[in-house]
Amino acid sequence: MKLVVAIVRPEKLTDVLEALFRAEVRGLTISRVQGHGGEMERVETYRGTTVKMELSEKVRLEIGVSDHFVEPTVRAILAAARTGEVGDGKIFVLPVEHVYRIRTGERDEAAVTPVGV
Amino acid sequence: MNAADTAWMLVATALVLLMTPALGFFYGGLVRAKNALNTMMMSFAALGCVAIAWAVAGYSLAFAPGGPWLGGFSRFFLHGVDLAPAGTIPHLLFMAYQGTFAIITAALISGAIVERMQFRAYLLFLTVWSLLVYAPVAHWVWGGGWLAKLGALDFAGGTVVHVNAGVAAVVAAVVLGPRKDYARQATLPHNVPFTLLGAGLLWFGWFGFNAGSALGANNAAALAFVNTMLAPAATLLAWTLLDLFRGGKVTAVGGATAIVVGLVAVTPAAGYISPISAIVLGLIAALPSYIGVLLRPRTRLDDSLDVLAAHGVGGTVGAILTGVFAQRLWSGAADGLLFGEPRQVLVQLLAVGSAAAYSAALTFLILKGIGLVLPLRASDGAGEGLGMDVSQHGEEAYGTGEGAILVLPDPLPAAPAPTPAPAGEGA
Repeated sequence: MKLVVAIVRPEKLTDVLEALFRAEVRGLTISRVQGHGGEMERVETYRGTTVKMELSEKVRLEIGVSDHFVEPTVRAILAAARTGEVGDGKIFVLPVEHVYRIRTGERDEAAVTPVGV
Repeated sequence: MNAADTAWMLVATALVLLMTPALGFFYGGLVRAKNALNTMMMSFAALGCVAIAWAVAGYSLAFAPGGPWLGGFSRFFLHGVDLAPAGTIPHLLFMAYQGTFAIITAALISGAIVERMQFRAYLLFLTVWSLLVYAPVAHWVWGGGWLAKLGALDFAGGTVVHVNAGVAAVVAAVVLGPRKDYARQATLPHNVPFTLLGAGLLWFGWFGFNAGSALGANNAAALAFVNTMLAPAATLLAWTLLDLFRGGKVTAVGGATAIVVGLVAVTPAAGYISPISAIVLGLIAALPSYIGVLLRPRTRLDDSLDVLAAHGVGGTVGAILTGVFAQRLWSGAADGLLFGEPRQVLVQLLAVGSAAAYSAALTFLILKGIGLVLPLRASDGAGEGLGMDVSQHGEEAYGTGEGAILVLPDPLPAAPAPTPAPAGEGA
């Protein structure tokens, strides 16, 4: 099992979700985050105050998948989240020790297999 | 000169001016958070450039003595617009009152082109449109132009303001093309309370718009005022029932829309019809616009905030029903179809049709012309994708300030370093 953590542009979230559902990845968590990844700083001005915005709005997806689902998941995100400009985000694939499904107490592979498959 | 008339028209002018910020809230709530400021600024900007264009040239083109198609040039730069009476109020006040109409009419169009238009091109469009489209059409109906001579009834601007802006909005939406996300992603309202606030303030300001169009504190003003209360109330009720029957739930965005539709529909009729007719007019007006807002998202026409359904359709229905319900008994002006004058409906149709045709043609030409010198649209990624607030204005509606680093372009002279305490003193 792996945990796929992806940081993407908020305006690309709909595309990414669509691609993931098409790849039959059904369980995921998202959160709105802020970060910095080398993109150009935005300059904003409020009256006499000019600021450089170091942090940009991003969305973080966390997806627990069984091993053979890692490849399709990563490929779906790569294709859907890319604009080609700096700031498209990152994908991290992390090893997972255990996964439990709270409802049933199932563990590991069984816990990340979609219900009804 | 009449002091009571002047007092009421001073208040009415301020009321109508408030409608433009109100429209900013109405529209601003309906867009996504990343475009809130841009959308609201599209209305607020009209308060600057259209008001000045009006004083410099627009008022003259609309109201200076001229021909059937256009006023004259004699009032440019407010030449001869002074405190002498125009009717029973100062001429200058009449100019200001009419200016508030020009401002909101131009701002109305923005609802069809939100979330994608370059702001510079928009400012130019707004200004030119108010001079080349609004001013002539206002002249036709109110400035002694050909529709006035024909007897077209438009009490406060159903045709001049709403049909005109509604049609211009559709043309603008077509010329600009749909947003990149249109019909691909849900583009939902980010602040429905703003939209309700805007609808409420629009209603408040509309009392100045309709009752002020009587140009005095008189019976016509009282009639228009009451009709402005009753017709939108009826539309809101009808819309509520339509919502209930269709989805089982009464929606807030629907309610805000209904208020605007009712106000638009009663605008041409306000001073010409009886209060009971106003209720019937308000009830009837709900259905065509209700159908309009349901059907539009199924088309490729990205009239994003339904300016056509609310203002174009509502204004047309109102203009036609004015020809049906007009009653000389109440207004002393003219009778409509129900009171023995079927010809009035035809005159109304002609007024709507000619204003729509002129507005469509000129709006198209103006936008194509501006497109030759400025890009009309923001870029897909860094503009629309990032959001119009940051890309067009360099501001955020809901910024947190986190990660913001202060830029001091012109560093202040360094403060003198604090003199270190001489060593050896103290403990």
